[in-house]
Amino acid sequence: MTDLTLTRWKVETRTKASSAFAIVAALIILLALAAPLYLSRSVLQDLFFILTLLVLAQNWNLLAGYAGLVSVGQQAFVGFGAYAMFALVILGGFDPLAAILLAGIASALLAIPTAFFLFRLQGAYFAIGSWVIAEVVRLALAQWKMLGGGTGTSLPREATRDMPALKLIGELFGVKSSGAGDILTYWLALLLAIATIGLVYRLLRSKQGLGLAAVRDNQEAARSVGVDARRMKTLVYLAAAFGTGLCGALIYVQKARISPDAAFSVIDWTAYVIFIVVIGGIGTIEGPIVGVIVFYILQNLLADYGSWYLLILGLIGIVIMLFAPRGLWGLFAERTGIQLFPVRRRLIGGPVPVAKKGGPHG
Amino acid sequence: MPILALSNVSKRFGALTVADAVSFELRQGEALGIIGPNGAGKSTLFNLITGNIAADAGTIVFDGRDVTKLPPMQRCLAGVGRSFQIPQPFEKLTVFENLLVAGAFGAKKTEAEVGDRCAEILVETGLIGRANHPAGGLSLLQRKRLELARALATEPRLLLLDEIAGGLTEDECGMLVDTIRTIHRAGMSIIWIEHVLHALNSVVERLLVLNFGKIIGMGTPDAVMASREVREIYLGIEV
Repeated sequence: MTDLTLTRWKVETRTKASSAFAIVAALIILLALAAPLYLSRSVLQDLFFILTLLVLAQNWNLLAGYAGLVSVGQQAFVGFGAYAMFALVILGGFDPLAAILLAGIASALLAIPTAFFLFRLQGAYFAIGSWVIAEVVRLALAQWKMLGGGTGTSLPREATRDMPALKLIGELFGVKSSGAGDILTYWLALLLAIATIGLVYRLLRSKQGLGLAAVRDNQEAARSVGVDARRMKTLVYLAAAFGTGLCGALIYVQKARISPDAAFSVIDWTAYVIFIVVIGGIGTIEGPIVGVIVFYILQNLLADYGSWYLLILGLIGIVIMLFAPRGLWGLFAERTGIQLFPVRRRLIGGPVPVAKKGGPHG
Repeated sequence: MPILALSNVSKRFGALTVADAVSFELRQGEALGIIGPNGAGKSTLFNLITGNIAADAGTIVFDGRDVTKLPPMQRCLAGVGRSFQIPQPFEKLTVFENLLVAGAFGAKKTEAEVGDRCAEILVETGLIGRANHPAGGLSLLQRKRLELARALATEPRLLLLDEIAGGLTEDECGMLVDTIRTIHRAGMSIIWIEHVLHALNSVVERLLVLNFGKIIGMGTPDAVMASREVREIYLGIEV
């Protein structure tokens, strides 16, 4: 045996690429924060759309890619968060900004009873169950006559125009309240995206994140080494409901018009999101970022082709799943070994292993 | 006080009795070997001790505490460490991370606190050269070593080894036995299921023979191997 007392081991997660990327990321964030200074309203609206999809994708990735909870019913929380925000603004007279935050909390609360039912189901049954729950929530909210029932309703103009934050932005940039509204929602989406990525990354680098990865790889073995698999999955489910609900509320502050069919759309809020995560690379933070960019480009290229658009999107999804099952980022990372958000704990230093007699071989 | 005491533990799967009123005690620091033909209920007995299978009847007392109704996670935290017969590594995690999970959760510590100990275990079990490789790419011997190393990282007071020498070459088996003997000499209580008898008998103080879920013999390896019943049932089939 080698002598262990002389040198100490060190554990590191940082890589050369990640240190360089941290600087680039800081620059991108600064540029993005200043975007209202040099980008037009329509570009800001596009960016808002991308950023909110990115938030939804990061939440779904956390759920499916890390906790193994393949939900096809996350539109339940987008819609519920949106409706909670509408109810708080229209019926409760809240400021839309405060309502967004409260809507996130309301979505997390909704997740408690749905988790109670869903966690009794495994695999495909879990997926189907999550969809059923989303439909139940949609049908229930469509009965709410004060929020327009099945046809939906709009946010009152004075509620969205008279936000104190808007006046400030309007004066700062010298724009009208509608333009200021776009700047505000863009900034909020940007902050939400940064916060989501930051929190997910922090979680994955924590002890809990390591336990989550163990549960993902082998639940039975994880239990046998003391990981509380069920508790971990429940917490991820609640956190994803909070993030998804918050994002849903923000999307509908910007849209300012809601209907049950749009707010609980399985295509808009779940199918697209799954497509983004899967083509980008499930189980990585980089994957959804790559995925959302690819999705946005495809959407613009195919915008003129009507229903062909969905067919081509589906075809591309299938091709990528067949030839790069770990997504575009997975393919890239495999070839280059580059990780922008490294979570690997690498053991370095310590005594150099000496090859022993007939030492371990491959 | 014994570290582990089973009294009248039974388990049936339908018409099949896999554990039939099993009772035995393990002394602190003792190494006990379990042998028996395939399907005798050896792995089931481990699953009953770790809580992966719930007992129909009887009690399991670990370190003075009744753990019969506790889930696997709680028993791990109480100090029961196990290796799986078919290695079950966390494939996408590295070898070192496999141990970190076990250390951080199984021993209820922070990652920083268990890092050094995990590295030491990797040296002891001969896996240090593979520390930063994904566990999914390991050879069979390395996977078996990882099972042992990961169980050790939970800082157990009882170590359950399930056919850890099976499928290895003579040399590999010898190296693994040396490692286990070293761990046992440091005071670890061990229960070891094994078909490779010479490996088993070079470490354990007592043997327990299981057949159709029933204990049919127990004693020193020499005495057990000499008994007629064991020779008929066990050696007649296995050797």
